Amino acid sequence: MLDGRGAVKRRAGARLWLSGLWLAIVALAAVFAPLIAPHDPLMQDLLYGRLPPFWMAGAEPGYLLGTDSLGRDVLSRLIHGARIALIVALVAGIGTCLIGSTLGLIAGYYRGWADRIISRLVDIWMAFPPILFAILLIAVIGTGLTSVIVAIVVIDWTRFCRVVRAETLNQSQMDYVHSARIAGFTRMKTMLSEILPNVLPTIVALLSLEMGIAVIVEAILSFVNLSISTDQPTWGGMIAEGRLSIHQAWWVLVFPLITLFLTVLSFAQFGEGLKDRFDPVLR
Amino acid sequence: MPILRVVLSRFLTTLITLIGVAIIVFVVVRVVPGNPIAMMLPPGASTADIERLSALYGLDKSIFEQFTIWFGNVLQGDFGTSISTRQPVLDLVLGRLPATLELSLMALIIAVILGMGAAIIGTRYRGRRTETGVDLANGIGLSVPDFLWGLLLIILLGVVWPLFPISGRVSPRLDLPFSTQFYLIESIFRLRFDLTGNLLRHMFMPALALALPLAAIIAQLLKQSLKETVNLDYAVLARTKGYSETRVILSEALPNALLPTLTLIGVQFTFLIGGTVIIERLFSYEGLGNMAVDAVINRDLPLIQGIVILFALIFTAINLLVDMTYAFLNPRLRHA
Amino acid sequence: MSGGYLTIRNLSAVLRDTGERVLRSVDIDLQPGTIRGLVGESGAGKSMIGKAVLGVLPKALKVVEGEILIDGQDLLKLKDADRRRLIGASTALIPQDPLTALNPSHRIGPQITNRLVDILGWTRRAAEVRALEVLEEVQIADAARVMRQYPHELSGGMRQRILIASAFAAEPKLIIADEPTTALDVTVQKQILKLISNLQARHGTALLFVTHDLGVVAKICDSLSVLYGGKVVEDTDVASFFNGPHHAYGRALLAATPRHTDPDASLLPVPDDVIAAVRAELGEADRQWVRHD
Repeated sequence: MLDGRGAVKRRAGARLWLSGLWLAIVALAAVFAPLIAPHDPLMQDLLYGRLPPFWMAGAEPGYLLGTDSLGRDVLSRLIHGARIALIVALVAGIGTCLIGSTLGLIAGYYRGWADRIISRLVDIWMAFPPILFAILLIAVIGTGLTSVIVAIVVIDWTRFCRVVRAETLNQSQMDYVHSARIAGFTRMKTMLSEILPNVLPTIVALLSLEMGIAVIVEAILSFVNLSISTDQPTWGGMIAEGRLSIHQAWWVLVFPLITLFLTVLSFAQFGEGLKDRFDPVLR
Repeated sequence: MPILRVVLSRFLTTLITLIGVAIIVFVVVRVVPGNPIAMMLPPGASTADIERLSALYGLDKSIFEQFTIWFGNVLQGDFGTSISTRQPVLDLVLGRLPATLELSLMALIIAVILGMGAAIIGTRYRGRRTETGVDLANGIGLSVPDFLWGLLLIILLGVVWPLFPISGRVSPRLDLPFSTQFYLIESIFRLRFDLTGNLLRHMFMPALALALPLAAIIAQLLKQSLKETVNLDYAVLARTKGYSETRVILSEALPNALLPTLTLIGVQFTFLIGGTVIIERLFSYEGLGNMAVDAVINRDLPLIQGIVILFALIFTAINLLVDMTYAFLNPRLRHA
Repeated sequence: MSGGYLTIRNLSAVLRDTGERVLRSVDIDLQPGTIRGLVGESGAGKSMIGKAVLGVLPKALKVVEGEILIDGQDLLKLKDADRRRLIGASTALIPQDPLTALNPSHRIGPQITNRLVDILGWTRRAAEVRALEVLEEVQIADAARVMRQYPHELSGGMRQRILIASAFAAEPKLIIADEPTTALDVTVQKQILKLISNLQARHGTALLFVTHDLGVVAKICDSLSVLYGGKVVEDTDVASFFNGPHHAYGRALLAATPRHTDPDASLLPVPDDVIAAVRAELGEADRQWVRHD
């Protein structure tokens, strides 16, 4: 038993560090993109179209991961694409988190009418296919970074709301909440100072997960050509272009795909790792 | 009679949900800034064109009136006419629905088989390396969404090792004798197993991409609940009767551990169907989701509305069905 | 001390993680057709002996030495599948808690017949006939209907009768009863006890009766083993035990029990000095055991 627990801890630690490391690399790439990108991500050079990555025959030095059909450097586009990905992850993630968690806390703690209305709204939202909802929103309010973020917040606040509501309901039954009320805390104060700290580990884990999901939703919107203008390199846009030339130049698809895969996996694992570390019960 | 009351109240909330969905779709496509007619028309259309279309769609009336007319028509099964194809929306939508249903059900079957298999194997070899492997695979399956699995499969099984076709529902050169849109089911009934094989090969990758995240969720929850159940008294008693560990898991623990998993599968199945929108797009699979994306790109508002309402109808029906099945399968509730 | 149907020799088990001994060189001998009480306070390891025989020790425990002989065959030397088959055919368990020992998803009938069909190879028809027989033997009215019911539709006493019927259904040579009356009401306890001893006498089964209640032992057992800290500190027949135990702990235990007059009263605490003496004895035994290892 002791051995088992130890192994779990070690694994949790490893995944926290590995995923944190990858996210740090992505963040650094985003911040210092113009300094570290070897080329201008938008510069086209049809003479250098579809160059393979460095280890293959026909590779050109200076284009480590090859070029796309327009001769744009894949590595530079990946590095610049990290910017959009990270902005979307942070802003949309925090936006969904704030709106969803607030509604979830209110529904779970105040119950009654507030809960009934919020839960009904969640039900309605759950009856929409989320991606279709996002695509529809973008089509109506127009493309662009702000639209993408708004769409993600609008479709995904329910994720926080459902989980936080359930967790708050659980916590509300606990003795310490009753004690706080008896000690003369107002309902608002009890909610914020007694319940919120106990729900926080869950919210943090969910926030990290949501950031990964936001990156994916942005990629999907780029994939159907509804995200950000085409002159801004995004991972989803690269994937969409790569999908078209998959038989001629697989690397145009594979590298952004791997990047996206690792980023999404890292966000989810980082959140789980954080939760394990800060969960008072497991600690 | 408690079951009847539960059924009734669930029906009522379902109805409220559907009306809510109708209102939101309506509001999103009409009230949000931008003239919907201008969106329907190509840029540079004349004001006369706009006015003519506005009258045609009743857009000169008040929002509330518009909604009542539209919702009244929807209740009668009239979803209007598609702008891009000029065909009735209902016909278009119902024509594509079977493809999406076949794909989703196939994905569900794959997910249940993979998820249950992983949970059973993980429980059978608990505390050993096999369980760690199952946990690791679950962790990745849970973190990575269907869209990425789809792309990975395209690269691995479509390009690097081209075992499966990467686009379409069926090879375009084949002669199809079908009279319904349920190609897969009909091909089996017509004993045209060559066509069944072709359809399955096209379906395999998109279905697997949709299935993997759900399989991971099923595996995780079921394994947790199996591991609790295999230590309960009745499982121990079964072991003393001479049953093998595998048999104890399958016939003693599984029926009891399955029930909590079942409710989860219901909600998750609606997520899976939601995923068909992008997966069908990715694999150029001619289903409802693919049509929805086209409708948005073509600004075909009546078609979009129809598709969203249909999805909502399917989602709420699934949730309702799961609740009923749960009540029926739980012997404690059934005999209460 | 041999020739019994169940013979346990020098059985020791330890906690896998800490190596702490849970069973200390246990010797137990159970003659065919007799009842042996296995007595001790909670944590004395009495249930663990039954579990070790049945092969369902918790994963945290490990048998490190000894033999468990059923009809002369050492269970610990058999292959897993062979051991399961032998146990399934020869031995049955009457569990402690009737509320949790029946599978809530299955009807009563199959829970009695499944061993007969799956392990012993009877036809389903024959097994059902047999199930009806044993259900009537445990005085369940309308047995045919009960077989179609689910556990949650029946009372605790009914369920314990069903579990007893199920244990006797395959005519096992050995039954291990693991505190079968502890979870029941006092009035039901007496009936169940009587039922078990009647059935045991009629079928001539060897019965290992695990209990913390000396009153129960006095009523139905032929012999008894007193356990403390996983060690058998007294092994004798019932008459001589109640006439005067040899071991200090046995004496204290007996003194702490309000004798025959009120067997339902709970055990009074054993005096501290006796406990200290027994502990010292165990410590000495462990030191020798380690050296011997």
